[in-house]
Amino acid sequence: MNWTWFHKLGSPKWFYEISGRWLPWLGGAAIVLLLLGSVWGLAFAPQDYQQGNSFRIIYLHVPTAILAQSIYVMLAVAGVVGLVWKMKLADVALQQAAPIGAWMTFLALLTGAVWGKPTWGAWWVWDARLTAMLILLFLYFGIIALGNAISNRDSAAKACAVLAIVGVVNIPIIKYSVEWWNTLHQPATFKLTEKPAMPVEMWAPLLVMVIGFYCFLAAVLLMRMRLEILKREARASWVKTELRAQVEGRP
Amino acid sequence: MSSVFALLLARESRLLFRRPAELANPLVFFAIVIALFPLAVGPESQLLQTLSPGLVWVAALLAVLLSLDGLFRSDFEDGSLEQWVVSPQPLALLVLAKVLAHWLFTGLALVLLSPLLALMLGLPPRCLPVLLLSLLLGTPVLSLLGAVGAALTVGLKRGGLLLALLILPLYIPVLILGSGALQADLQGLPTAGHLLWLATLTALAVTLTPFAIAAGLKISVGE
Amino acid sequence: MSRPFLEAVALTCERDWRLLFEALDLRLMPGDMLQIVGPNGSGKTSLLRLLCGLMQPTAGEVRLQGEPLAAQRGELARNLLWIGHAAGIKGLLTPEENLAWLCALHQPAERQAIWQALAAVGLRGFEDVPSHRLSAGQQRRVALARLYLDAPPLWILDEPFTALDKQGVAQLEAHLAGHCERGGMVVLTTHHTLENKPSGYRELDLGQRAA
Repeated sequence: MNWTWFHKLGSPKWFYEISGRWLPWLGGAAIVLLLLGSVWGLAFAPQDYQQGNSFRIIYLHVPTAILAQSIYVMLAVAGVVGLVWKMKLADVALQQAAPIGAWMTFLALLTGAVWGKPTWGAWWVWDARLTAMLILLFLYFGIIALGNAISNRDSAAKACAVLAIVGVVNIPIIKYSVEWWNTLHQPATFKLTEKPAMPVEMWAPLLVMVIGFYCFLAAVLLMRMRLEILKREARASWVKTELRAQVEGRP
Repeated sequence: MSSVFALLLARESRLLFRRPAELANPLVFFAIVIALFPLAVGPESQLLQTLSPGLVWVAALLAVLLSLDGLFRSDFEDGSLEQWVVSPQPLALLVLAKVLAHWLFTGLALVLLSPLLALMLGLPPRCLPVLLLSLLLGTPVLSLLGAVGAALTVGLKRGGLLLALLILPLYIPVLILGSGALQADLQGLPTAGHLLWLATLTALAVTLTPFAIAAGLKISVGE
Repeated sequence: MSRPFLEAVALTCERDWRLLFEALDLRLMPGDMLQIVGPNGSGKTSLLRLLCGLMQPTAGEVRLQGEPLAAQRGELARNLLWIGHAAGIKGLLTPEENLAWLCALHQPAERQAIWQALAAVGLRGFEDVPSHRLSAGQQRRVALARLYLDAPPLWILDEPFTALDKQGVAQLEAHLAGHCERGGMVVLTTHHTLENKPSGYRELDLGQRAA
């Protein structure tokens, strides 16, 4: 098998060029999809027969929760790639994605709390999903704190990679143990998202929102990575030409 | 290979025994934390008995965590870790011996002290076997997971708080299963499920974490 | 020309955004002694740690017998004796216990041999004194006693002469030169000018390269 594309992907210069071409498309797609999804979901989707309009926060809650979890898995994948194939780009991706993941987790918790108020009558309930999400937020904090504490950036990236891999092995264990804990301690709560068959008018905007959020993630991540690469490769000649072009191109 | 394991175990034990005062610190910490709870929530015996499974477990968990902060520090500072890394011995094996030695003298000591403190909190004596068994299965996982964090933070000037931040979320399954087993026993429910899951975690931790610890040490030494 | 035992190809080392050295090449054949000199902060210790495989280079690679180091970890470990600035001596253990363990990591040594090595570095009578009670120079001698045991061919030593007295320096110089004459290899950093140079002696000045 030909692996040159893989190594090419590791070259910062190549990445910078190709990501510059993708960025407008991804950013555009994110804006269009998010606008479409939120207008559709908030204004046109039918009301929930039990919860009325308050269920509409699902269009923010579910995408952020999905992203929060998939970004953590992505961190671990980037960690494996960085550790095994020593690809610098994976290190950059790992460290730049972690804060986005933490924000998404925070948003998922916040929207969950806002949703919990009308549904459960309390801002916070020790529900299995909410608790697992809170633990995920702590795991993100750990990675960000470790990355900031180590001054050598190569070591910081490797250390974060190890932590992300240990974390990702632990996530299913944490998830199941929290669910078990929850069922043992309180009767099964009202399930929010596992309704028998959500009608298509309800989940179609949700799907649009999820895809929109993924595009948003990709765009923000690429932007953060491009900036970090410029910082890291500041010595390289292509960065100097690129920066000169950027500065002179501006009116 | 196994002789190096035994030699390291002997050497670590010798090092720990030449500073016997330090061995007592986690135990004293454990006892003080347990004593804080009745002072905070009141001496009512029924309440303390209900809370005792959680209290004993949280206190044991914190004591193990704090004792791990210095696990690799002196080895890092005096260059021993460098010698381990450049030696032909598998680093994961050396690390396992090191953590085992640490567990024998702190984790196991905590387990042995726990019945006394649990009885003081009002845990009925019939629950002691489950208390001992759950801690016996759980504390090695705490030591091993904590060692991953200790390995990653050993090169940092102030690693203590960071270590807690990294590792406490990972301790949650052990805490749930361990205190859950004890709680079930207190209510007269079967505990085999909890204990078997805890044993699974122990087996997983013994087989997998040494590699993560070794990777962490290599990163810290290579900085 | 035969294959070098250890070589560095286009080695670049960057630490904390500072370039220490760039495109450095070196070759080490049996019998060679390489002294690395240069001002403080010029990357001497980093270079040694790169050669030991403790650190990863920013670019370039280290090769052992023509193969990249990453594929040769075990081979390097069997052939290498590394004494860093901190030499892995535990203050709470006696010199004998320290040496027994450091040897066991590579090749277990007899008690007899350890006592002989300690005698060779002038520590007769200190075998069972806790190391933290020894002076800095004596502690350094404990670490250096490893060179008098069954030692592997490649010695990488970071500032081995620190804290040694005049007689100790002369003795160590002679011992290092002897090791090279017998076909061993030594890479070391020191600011001190060697009196006793083996035929394979070379000097690498990191300060001059950067200038």
